[in-house]
Amino acid sequence: MQIYLPIADLPVNIFVVLAIGLAVGFISGMFGIGGGFLMTPLLIFLGVQPAVAVASVTGHIAASSMSGAINYWRRNAVDLALVFMLLAGGLIGTVSGVWLFTLLRSLGQLDVVIGLSYVLLLGVVGALMVAESVRAIIRARQGKPVELRRPGSHTWFHGLPFKLRFKRSRIYVSAIPVWAIGFIIGFVGAVMGIGGGFLLVPMLIYLLRVPTGTVIGTSMVLTLVTMASAIVLHAVTNHLVDALLALILMVGGVTGAQFGARAGAKISGERLRLLLGLLVLAVGLRFAFDLVLTPDELYFIRPIEGAP
Amino acid sequence: MMRRLLAVFAALLALGCASPAAAERIHPTLSNHRVQVSSSFTGDELVLFGSIERMPGDPQRRGGYDIIATVTGPRQNLVTYRKGRVLGIWVNVDSRVFENAPAFLAVLANRPLEMIAHPETLRRLQLGLANVVLLQRAAVTIADSAPDDPFRLAFLKLRQKQRLYQEATNGITFVTPSLYRASIPLPAEAPVGNYNIEVRLFADGNQIDRSNTAFEVYKSGFEQVVTTAARDYGLLYGLVTAMMALATGWFASVVFRRD
Repeated sequence: MQIYLPIADLPVNIFVVLAIGLAVGFISGMFGIGGGFLMTPLLIFLGVQPAVAVASVTGHIAASSMSGAINYWRRNAVDLALVFMLLAGGLIGTVSGVWLFTLLRSLGQLDVVIGLSYVLLLGVVGALMVAESVRAIIRARQGKPVELRRPGSHTWFHGLPFKLRFKRSRIYVSAIPVWAIGFIIGFVGAVMGIGGGFLLVPMLIYLLRVPTGTVIGTSMVLTLVTMASAIVLHAVTNHLVDALLALILMVGGVTGAQFGARAGAKISGERLRLLLGLLVLAVGLRFAFDLVLTPDELYFIRPIEGAP
Repeated sequence: MMRRLLAVFAALLALGCASPAAAERIHPTLSNHRVQVSSSFTGDELVLFGSIERMPGDPQRRGGYDIIATVTGPRQNLVTYRKGRVLGIWVNVDSRVFENAPAFLAVLANRPLEMIAHPETLRRLQLGLANVVLLQRAAVTIADSAPDDPFRLAFLKLRQKQRLYQEATNGITFVTPSLYRASIPLPAEAPVGNYNIEVRLFADGNQIDRSNTAFEVYKSGFEQVVTTAARDYGLLYGLVTAMMALATGWFASVVFRRD
């Protein structure tokens, strides 16, 4: 059944979009991430303008992190104090991200920058995740205990001023790296149309040493707030949020996530991280090929805002 | 600029010279003057038809009549980017803005254009995709692009691929020697706005009459509400979309609650 997307100005098959929502939702539920890094490229592949895809996917991520956040909230697995500190940086990051997005769009380089950032970010993060999880799997095979937290190990982060105590996560760190992480997540989220969960969770674990008990819940609440504000900012500045597209995606997404979460519970943590790492790496490589291979068509057309 | 002046001059000349000698009139009619874009819109087809009216004293046309109809959609500023390799990756290296280019353009005729009129006439009257004036802006100067300009060629090719620009030299059929019929295929991507149809009647290589008709493509109901809201009430639209996302997420957590 074909439906016409009002903002994307494109007729699409509703079942294809719903299937994308379900599939990405399944993966996001399985790994506990928003899935924006998969959803945005799939929409671009479907023919949606990159700018509209990025702006609309924020709606899907907000919805899926909302349902996730509620579940974690019920289990008291959210560190609100940490969320607020991350948000302080996150909202500034979102505002700057939307600003850069608008600027690049007017320069005509948005598509290239989105592609390039996907390659860099997904390539690096994917490679790190694969390496780390392979090491963890090997360690587990050799029968050594899994090291999740090394209380004694301090990095240069811990020498920074403005130290704060986060009781729920039982960590004592400077506010500066917390703000910086928040800023990065908000920024890349707005520019690339990703929630940043797959970035935030490792950052919180490895840099701030947040315990696994609160890390996903905290990450989901943060994603929820940054993505909800990104929707509003994209709608105000670029008018590119396709509510109909977002609605279909989020309905498929939240449904798929439930089944994904059940499937994910049956796989061990290291395996899950390895799979996610490979997936992230694959998406990054796909973008790299698009940037490097000679395109079929050297020219393309875009309408200019406010014409004529 | 020069070409435009020439075109205007030629049109005046054609009008002035042709009218007294030939009095045949062309009367185009459209099957539908309003095309509604709803959520199930997958394109549409309009039928253009009419008859050629002959007055008693009109000269005999041994070669028969020819008709060229040009459908022009709403005007848009469109950028064409060219990709190039920079440091091994493909980026947008160059661009041209096509100012006030028609968002939709269809040229329909009953036989190949060059058989209907002299190429020079076609060029003057801007008939056919090869002859349509496309104003191009590069940096500061605005000029019509040369026919073999790579940006112009790429622009035309891409638009044709999307079926937003079409040239069909078998698009018009004569049901009887004086009764003609054409179908105008509108793709689903056809933008909303006013469309003008200019129908020109030719005989023996000369234009003998010209007439215009128009139709409108408009969004209705839900699509219209969404588009207007997104454009004019960005903040409200964003807030509603955000609330919708939160509600969907909340709803899912209630429906799929596992404890």
